[in-house]
Amino acid sequence: MADQNTDVIPGTLDMLILKTLSLEPMHGFGIARRVEQISRGVFKVNPGSLLTALQRLERSGWLDAEWRQSENSRRAKYYSLTRAGRKQLEVETEDWERRVTAIARLLRAEA
Amino acid sequence: MLARRRNADRDLDDEVEHYIEQGTAELIAAGHSPAEARRLAIMQLGNATVTREEVRAYGWENAVDSMITDLRYSARRLRNSLGFTTVTVVTLALGIGATAAVFSVVNPILFKPLPYPDAGRIVTISDRAADGSRADVTFGTYREILARSRWFDALAVMRPWQPTVTGEGEPERLDGQRVSASYFRVLGVPPAFGRDFDDSFDVPGAPNVVLLGAALWRRRFGGDSAIIGQPVLLDGVSHLVIGVMPSALENVLAPAAELWTPLKYDRSLPVQGREWGHHLRMIGRLRASASIEQAARDLNTIAGEPIAEFARVPWASLTRGLLASTLHADITNQVKPVLLAILGAVVLVLLIACVNVTNLLLGRSVQRRAELAMRTTLGASRPRLVRQLVTESLLLAAIGGVLGMFVAESGVRTLVALSPAELPRLNAIRLDGDAFIFVAVLTTLIGLAIGAIPALQLTRRPVADQLRSKSRSSTGNHRAVRSALVVAEVSLALVLLVGAGLLLRSVHRLLGVAPGFDSSRVLAMQVQTAGPRFGNDSVTQRFFREALQAVREVPGVVSAGFTSQLPLTGDVDRYGAQFESVRDDREDRSAFTYAVTPGYLETMRIPRLSGRPINERDLAGASVSVLVSQSLARRMFPGRDAIGQRLHVGSTDQPWYTIVGVVGDVRQASLAETSADAVYIPSVQWYVANRAMWLVVRANEVARLAPAIRRAVWSVDKNQPIARVALMDELVAASASDRRFALVVLEMFALAALVLAATGIYGVLAGGVAERTREIGVRAALGATRGAILGMVVRHGLGMTALGVAIGTAGAVAASRALGSLLFGVTPLDAVTYLGTAALLFVVSATACWIPAWRAARVDPAITLRTE
Repeated sequence: MADQNTDVIPGTLDMLILKTLSLEPMHGFGIARRVEQISRGVFKVNPGSLLTALQRLERSGWLDAEWRQSENSRRAKYYSLTRAGRKQLEVETEDWERRVTAIARLLRAEA
Repeated sequence: MLARRRNADRDLDDEVEHYIEQGTAELIAAGHSPAEARRLAIMQLGNATVTREEVRAYGWENAVDSMITDLRYSARRLRNSLGFTTVTVVTLALGIGATAAVFSVVNPILFKPLPYPDAGRIVTISDRAADGSRADVTFGTYREILARSRWFDALAVMRPWQPTVTGEGEPERLDGQRVSASYFRVLGVPPAFGRDFDDSFDVPGAPNVVLLGAALWRRRFGGDSAIIGQPVLLDGVSHLVIGVMPSALENVLAPAAELWTPLKYDRSLPVQGREWGHHLRMIGRLRASASIEQAARDLNTIAGEPIAEFARVPWASLTRGLLASTLHADITNQVKPVLLAILGAVVLVLLIACVNVTNLLLGRSVQRRAELAMRTTLGASRPRLVRQLVTESLLLAAIGGVLGMFVAESGVRTLVALSPAELPRLNAIRLDGDAFIFVAVLTTLIGLAIGAIPALQLTRRPVADQLRSKSRSSTGNHRAVRSALVVAEVSLALVLLVGAGLLLRSVHRLLGVAPGFDSSRVLAMQVQTAGPRFGNDSVTQRFFREALQAVREVPGVVSAGFTSQLPLTGDVDRYGAQFESVRDDREDRSAFTYAVTPGYLETMRIPRLSGRPINERDLAGASVSVLVSQSLARRMFPGRDAIGQRLHVGSTDQPWYTIVGVVGDVRQASLAETSADAVYIPSVQWYVANRAMWLVVRANEVARLAPAIRRAVWSVDKNQPIARVALMDELVAASASDRRFALVVLEMFALAALVLAATGIYGVLAGGVAERTREIGVRAALGATRGAILGMVVRHGLGMTALGVAIGTAGAVAASRALGSLLFGVTPLDAVTYLGTAALLFVVSATACWIPAWRAARVDPAITLRTE
């Protein structure tokens, strides 16, 4: 596993966060775990990048944040998607699919 | 904002902590012990500090916040090393202050436009003298250009005027100008109230009118606007006041002028009249569409193509063409070399100061190496560290800049006090908004520059290296940078010292020039005649004769005499000299013409080489006797006796004058000037009446006699003003004033440069010895003698000096050419100056080497090795 690259593909972290939060509001650790679970361990999220990205998205108005008691009754910051965030997710998803299709076509092309 | 900031920090901490707890809980569930689980969770998170820093660095308030933190941290550090801070700040304050002061002097004179609307369109027009220099124009030339040139909105001519105002209050001699009616239209400044001259005032026989300057109006006429239309008595003649000029008027052509009257020259241009004398300055306002090149071409076309309507006289034939330059260039022409020299010098001083401070910062940063390495390990990024270091240097520069403004304030005052008489726009020199902006920009640039080198130098090497080198020994690279800076300092100092040295020798040579007279114990004062009773020449002459008699009777007076012009006072009174028996084909045949009384040549101790002196028997009406200067006699009559030869001076309508004697040459216009053709004519026989004459008196304690001499003049007529009292010695000294100004300023700067260079050398060597104590200790332990260690340090110091001197010499050779016109009697490559300067630098740097070298030689190997 040490040899396998588990970095999130550069430029996609925002999209992954938005997608994860579109399912339900979550705190930072939850988001990281959810990304790992759903990707079946292919991606591991770097906590530093995650927290910076969360702050950035919150400033951009795509996320709302509120402090709630977490399961083990500690203060935790829960993030949820705003309307603008939902729209942004659509934009990024569309953009991503366009690019993936293009790359797939390139890779399939026979010399 | 700070409160919110603290909340945000706590939130961030909570979030990170929550993250860790969640991870821990998960790991415990997976079967790890709680302590192990937490350790693993923290490891998974990576460097928590870095994470926090990354999150925190996001957003502008974080940038501001970290800047404030940096500033606070820097301030604390600077407070903790007060010695370093003081030296650095004082060095910077002096450098910045001196630069700002010089900038404040140079900026209004050389760089700002003159205080007139569209000042760039005002030009001066001059006749071209035989040697190519500018000469005053004649009224005839002015009339011709006025009629023929199409490139000017207005043209004007002017000459000085020194009337005496009488009537209410004491008689006062005033400075003014006689101007053509268009003068203020050319400048573009109308009167504050009343009206301007119009052409009807500017013809012979027109009523006498006068415009008053605001200061004179307030001082003498109580600032009463009812003065308009009232008469004032000027030289005993009634003049009607028609207007008052605004107080903001800056009359750069005659800064002292306080009143103006029309010229009133005869437009029919009589050949023998003053209309054809070269004594007017001409200015013009270019049309909006015209360039000065076009105008100059046109002027030369006119000069080259005389037309019948404007007949010219032979001495104003314009065959050499006309010169046009902007008014700004014209009035700054003379002081430009001086100002550029001190500007160059102060830039060098500032550079040296900055190099010195950089060096200090570098030296100090060595001690911080471990600290910075530690911070890097703890997660500080390189840009973050560079920013912190640069913040510190910016803070230093800012403090230096603020203190520098105080230095500049007194610097400006010193420069103005020292300034040569011909410096224009003296009133415009002050610390203004321009200077503040200049200092702000300069300070920022300096802060960035002096911080950048140490910051980059320091953060370049990998962390591990720096942590490993536990001792404070520095790398060769670091020392090389500091040595290079010292070499730069020495070479810059050499350039300055050579400049100051060359000027010193020039002034020395200049003051060593024999002026042709003995200036010691001679007092000079200008005695004027004013009032209607002097309308008659014989009355004027009787007054001067009686006044001279009265002065000679003052106890202690050795001799006394009057002259129409006095050497080194700025008087330039020249008339054409035409000899009866010798053809003179030179274009410029003019000679300085002195109308003198008996006793003048004797009082000035101008040596008589042959013939007889002017004496009391040379009376009005008798055949005119003249004395000529040696150089004129030698050139006109080589190998022959000049005595008995005849000539005309000025007007050729007069009977021939006979040469009765030959006297020594005198420096009239300046000590540096060599033109020495001169004729001396008894004042009673000279056809030009002089209403003002210079009285020269020789006495043993002449300064003490000044009041008695003045009383003697007034005993003849108490209404006659006496102006410009000065010792001849002072006039000689003032004649070198522009060079002396540059010299004094350059000497101060050179001294500062020398001190800075010396401290630079000392600093590097002392630092080097301190860093290398261990190495020196090892050498000593291995048997190096004290002499060898001493030699090693001194060699390093002198090596830097030698390299600096070599580079500086090349720079000085280039820079000293810029001094060209300020030098007198020395070449820019004067060997004595270069060798002397180099020797001085070596002596100073050897002294600076001595203390560190001595300290190195006393290093005790046992102690040093133990401390490691």
